Amino acid sequence: MELNALDLSRLQFAFTVSFHIIFPAMSIGLASFIAVLEGAWLKTGKLHYKVLCIYWSKVFAVGFGMGVVSGVVMAYQFGTNWARFSAFAGPVTGPLLTYEVMTAFFLEAGFLGVMLFGWEKVGRSAHFGATVLVAIGTLISTFWILASNSWMQTPQGFVVSDGHVVPVDWLKIIFNPSFPYRLAHMSIAAFIVAALLVAGTGGWHLLKGRRDPMVKTMYSMALWLLLILGPVQILVGDQHGLNTRKYQPAKIAAIEGLWETEKGGTSLNLVGLPDMNDEVTKYAIKIPHLGSVILTHTWNGEIKGLKEFPKEDRPNSTIIFWTFRLMAGLGMLMVLLALIGLLLRRGGRIFENRLFQRFSVVMGPAGFVALVAGWITTEVGRQPFVVYGYLRTAQAVSPLTSQSASISLMIFVLVYCVVFGTGIFYILKLLAAGPSVDALPIFPPGLRGTTGGGRRALGAID
Amino acid sequence: MDITVIWAAIIALGVFMYVVLDGFDLGVGILFPFFPDSSERDRMMHTLAPIWDGNETWLVLGGAALFAAFPVVYSIALSALYLPIMLMLVCLIFRGVSFEIRGKARRTKNLWSLAFMFGSAGATFMQGVILASYLQGIPVTNREFSGDAFFWITPFSLLTGLGLMATYALLGVCWLLMKVDGDLQRRLHKLVTPLTIVLLGFIAAVSIWTPLSDAAIARRWFESGLLHRLLPIPVLVVLTAALMIGVARMRGDRMPFILALVLVALGYIGLLVSIWPYAIPGSLNLWDAAAPRPSQLFALVGAVIIIPIILVYTTAGYWVFRGKVAQDAVYH
Repeated sequence: MELNALDLSRLQFAFTVSFHIIFPAMSIGLASFIAVLEGAWLKTGKLHYKVLCIYWSKVFAVGFGMGVVSGVVMAYQFGTNWARFSAFAGPVTGPLLTYEVMTAFFLEAGFLGVMLFGWEKVGRSAHFGATVLVAIGTLISTFWILASNSWMQTPQGFVVSDGHVVPVDWLKIIFNPSFPYRLAHMSIAAFIVAALLVAGTGGWHLLKGRRDPMVKTMYSMALWLLLILGPVQILVGDQHGLNTRKYQPAKIAAIEGLWETEKGGTSLNLVGLPDMNDEVTKYAIKIPHLGSVILTHTWNGEIKGLKEFPKEDRPNSTIIFWTFRLMAGLGMLMVLLALIGLLLRRGGRIFENRLFQRFSVVMGPAGFVALVAGWITTEVGRQPFVVYGYLRTAQAVSPLTSQSASISLMIFVLVYCVVFGTGIFYILKLLAAGPSVDALPIFPPGLRGTTGGGRRALGAID
Repeated sequence: MDITVIWAAIIALGVFMYVVLDGFDLGVGILFPFFPDSSERDRMMHTLAPIWDGNETWLVLGGAALFAAFPVVYSIALSALYLPIMLMLVCLIFRGVSFEIRGKARRTKNLWSLAFMFGSAGATFMQGVILASYLQGIPVTNREFSGDAFFWITPFSLLTGLGLMATYALLGVCWLLMKVDGDLQRRLHKLVTPLTIVLLGFIAAVSIWTPLSDAAIARRWFESGLLHRLLPIPVLVVLTAALMIGVARMRGDRMPFILALVLVALGYIGLLVSIWPYAIPGSLNLWDAAAPRPSQLFALVGAVIIIPIILVYTTAGYWVFRGKVAQDAVYH
């Protein structure tokens, strides 16, 4: 199969951005978690909080570094592979990206040094301030990038002149119709990613027999967060779906594998295989009216089918029908995990049920999987447009040879797998080792039964 | 005041910050072959660990600001310089990740030292190539790149790649002089003079080659009547280099870095003189390539307020980690 520069560039963008997003998602959740842990230590003086804070900072550091270098790739990839998009939409997306760099990236980078290495260089409050600012930086970053990405999905606030966009109203540009929902959905997703990671790690160590305050505290905190955020995320997702139906009906049709506009209520395709050529969803198992209920909150609400849109305007339903269901299915499992956790808590057995601990371990990576599945859904669902309704992806690519595009794609796949694979391996190693009292620079009285104090290097994991 | 010119100035300043800050980071990596001892390499990397990320962020700002204020330049230049940029990005990935992993690796530590070294050297070389290709002019038709995929491979660009490696190596040495002591510092001092001479050689070569190969640049330097104002630049370069060598003999701690900064600044000014008033030398001038006024304004308001704040807390961060890095310092 001969792939041209357009297809290769699309593959490359999809590959690099999917890899990239897992790191900031982890960073956003972990940064706030670490800030809470440090705050709890400062407030209560309980050393297990400090141990957890230092432990998760190590995990955070590796992930953050990979997020930075994969992020630089994204910042330049708009120009290298999507020059026509950059020339067309740059007047809007350029300033938004610049604000992200100025208000978020510099903030994170500026205080990361103190957060990771400055424990003994600055006072307690100053260090805590640095941790909080790093966490805030990650959240500010989410704001700007979702503003830019959402504008590509539901653009407003501009005119087109001379072959490019000209901003008219920046508030309308930033606070475009889909932005609030996507910002909420992604921010919550980032916290869920981290919560599952922490719960999974906690479960792993509980299974190994550890019952120290560190493991129990992190397990408990993560499950509480999941209990609150899981259901909220389902509500946010629901609202996001309603918004998408209003502004991107073709995307909803493709997500649902809906071909015909059904009268008198739309059924839900629970499973099935949408066929883009035959214009039908094969092997569908339908539940009558459920489509209307979910997507219009009425019994008979109408949802446009894919056949109402010209063939060249239809997103790939075969892909996003399933990525959506993967994300939503995992979401329900997350809520299930949290609810069972609540039940076990009531029974006082939250740290003793091994089946539940195994469930938490299996769900550890679920956040990442759901995250990427959701992003594939929304971005593939935006096709064939890169700026929805204004610029098609096919018109947006750089004047590149397929040779250049092949070279870069091959290099990225190889390098990302080797380098980030190694990084992920070291994160897994850290997770398997678990929080250790040995990692504290000063011997903490009472947290260990044995002797052997004195200053220990922070490199205890090696 | 012309907003377009203001934005050009901001971008020029941002790129200068990048060159200086990531210059010494990358320079340390380039120096690795001269310092094969693993614990010395640990020490050198420890001087960078708390600050390298902020330094690299200036590269992202440069790209983003270009995207915001001159989107046509961003789109033309980046798609034209596709392969060198991709190679640079990949080298930066190796360099960045090795900060974290080299400290944790046991059996593969040497591999990650190589990753740090080649990542730093490769990124630097590619940046030089990118700079030179940009200077020599990118083929543009209808506001799009219209050249071939390997137009950037020229003797001049390869020369500039090497020249930038020498520049960053010098910056790296001067940085390390401030941050280490003892035998390591003594051996670093020995590199200052040779590196300065090598750098002077490259500056001379580039300075002679550029006007020779580009008539427009030659005109600006020699015929525009500005020669008396521009002449101080090469004179200052020679003076600074001489000072550097003198200072190196005296074993100053901070002076070498300051002088290196002056050298880089002078070279950079020379570059800007050669580029002005082009956004894409030979094709588009700044005003041809400027973003619409609302984009420039929106981004400018933020830049004017936020960049000074960034400078303040960045300086504070450097100040927290001031002083020498001990022989056996352990970071996380």
